Amino acid sequence: MAESGIGHAEWQASVGGLWQRSAPATMPRAVRVREVVQENYRTRTYVLDCELEARPGQYIMLWLPRLDEKPISLVSGSPLTITVADVGPFTHALSQLGPGDRLHYRGPYGKPFEATGQRLLLVGGGYGVGPMHFLAREALSLGLACEVVIGARNGDDVLFVERFQALGVAPVVTTDDGSQGMRGMATDGARRILDGPGADALYACGPEKMMRALGELAEARGLPCSLSVERYMKCGGLSLCGACEVNGVLVCAEGPVLDWQLLKSLPDFGRLHRGRTAARQPW
Amino acid sequence: MAVDLAVDLCGVRLKNPVLMASGILGVGRDLLLRIARGGAGGVLPKSCCLEPRAGHPNPTVLDYGWGVANAVGLSNPGVEAEIEELRGIREELAPTRTALIASMFEATVEGFGEVAFRLQELEPDLIEVNISCPNTESDLGRMFASEPHSAAAVVREIKRRVSVPIIMKLSPNVTDIAEIARACEAEGADALACCNTVGPGMFIDLETGRPILANQVGGLSGPAFKPITVAKVYEVSRAVQIPVVAVGGVMTGADVIEMVMAGARCVGIGTAAYYRGPEVYGLVVAETAAWLEERGHGSLAEIQGLAHREPILRG
Repeated sequence: MAESGIGHAEWQASVGGLWQRSAPATMPRAVRVREVVQENYRTRTYVLDCELEARPGQYIMLWLPRLDEKPISLVSGSPLTITVADVGPFTHALSQLGPGDRLHYRGPYGKPFEATGQRLLLVGGGYGVGPMHFLAREALSLGLACEVVIGARNGDDVLFVERFQALGVAPVVTTDDGSQGMRGMATDGARRILDGPGADALYACGPEKMMRALGELAEARGLPCSLSVERYMKCGGLSLCGACEVNGVLVCAEGPVLDWQLLKSLPDFGRLHRGRTAARQPW
Repeated sequence: MAVDLAVDLCGVRLKNPVLMASGILGVGRDLLLRIARGGAGGVLPKSCCLEPRAGHPNPTVLDYGWGVANAVGLSNPGVEAEIEELRGIREELAPTRTALIASMFEATVEGFGEVAFRLQELEPDLIEVNISCPNTESDLGRMFASEPHSAAAVVREIKRRVSVPIIMKLSPNVTDIAEIARACEAEGADALACCNTVGPGMFIDLETGRPILANQVGGLSGPAFKPITVAKVYEVSRAVQIPVVAVGGVMTGADVIEMVMAGARCVGIGTAAYYRGPEVYGLVVAETAAWLEERGHGSLAEIQGLAHREPILRG
């Protein structure tokens, strides 16, 4: 925008800020990719040339013109950073972008995680580790302690171990097949931490069945628990169309971070979700 | 004095005149129940057609600062899946006394009749018919709502198949809305909804030089367009005897009053659920009641169509 050279400053001054309102942050805006980091065989972290005020658990609507616009969780707001696995046509197109390339976003949207207690247990399943890293950085900056579980199907899918280690956190890694870390599910890793150093609250982001199991574990141990729910979105953050709803809760604006005390009463959580036609289907 | 907000719409007693607009929040029974418990006089499930539709890819909805644009593409799971998911919702809604208004659209006259027929399984109080979609059997493929004979054909076919009162949802993007309104009334439409979204509108991204909405164009909505709605409601309610549902830009109780003065029986609220949140329906109901109470009116009937009356000239 600064390089357009059409005298924005003068115009802004003359219309007394009206221009500010007619170019709202609600419209997709272009940013350049600053840096791309290969995290594993199919996952990359994109650092964008943009500073955004954002909190852990929030997301942006990422627009790839002529393709689609989808919700992507933030790893950081400053600079705007996302970690995305190449799992379909949209994320594949994203994976073709390099430094200097341009993409569009709007946001951030959504209710963030709120750290509570002194020692937090953060569980990231698959590419859910991204928002957990964001939360870990915020919690540590508040002087809180963090225990982290990184869960994945196998060693190739494990993400962010070094990134957490760089924060001074030694993550417990779990893989379904035992190819890295302990053999088991993320809930097994969480149990190991709760039985060991313990925690005051549980936070998680990842596959929904995993999160449901973690919610039940937190409840059994009497811990508060917040989970980041992922749902197909159309209007994305505007809480208008209803596509993201889970038993009456609008995930795009009333989530994506939701308390387990609410989620446990929603029969569809962990079981059913809506696709593009809004028909419900099992996970 | 106690204000009674109840209004009659085609023989259906609505507890208040504030309805959901179709296409907003109407996904799933829990969301509909939530809106009903929040105070809406009527709820509308997502508009459906015979076959499932994925709709358009994103971006489908934009807040462009002055209003909202949408080209969602009428995504829906198809009438059979909709019926399956909402089966029994009438009983669940009963304690709220909120009316159930089914919403539908199709691409052919026969299709309209068929979907309306099947929707009766949900026992809706009324069926709202969206005719702002293209008539795929017409040479020019114009929307049903833009041609009196097309709109009339849809009404005729649906009235042939169902006995539930039908609300024809008109488009504001026509040269002569009164003509369309009269054509619908003549074939037996029970009510008219004025109106669907304004437009079409387009937004071009300056970085790519391309339209932002995946559908390229979309319908516009929000408070900026309320004056268009008021004018259409005024014109249509002058042209027909059947009741008019005012939809388009209603945000507050004051807007409800304005629409009723323009001639509307009740209103639909959609985009305001974005600006004021999903709890907007209860808020607007309370604001409407407060306005009437402050001025000593017992009901909306006392101000209905006030704008049409001759002004009192003071010497």
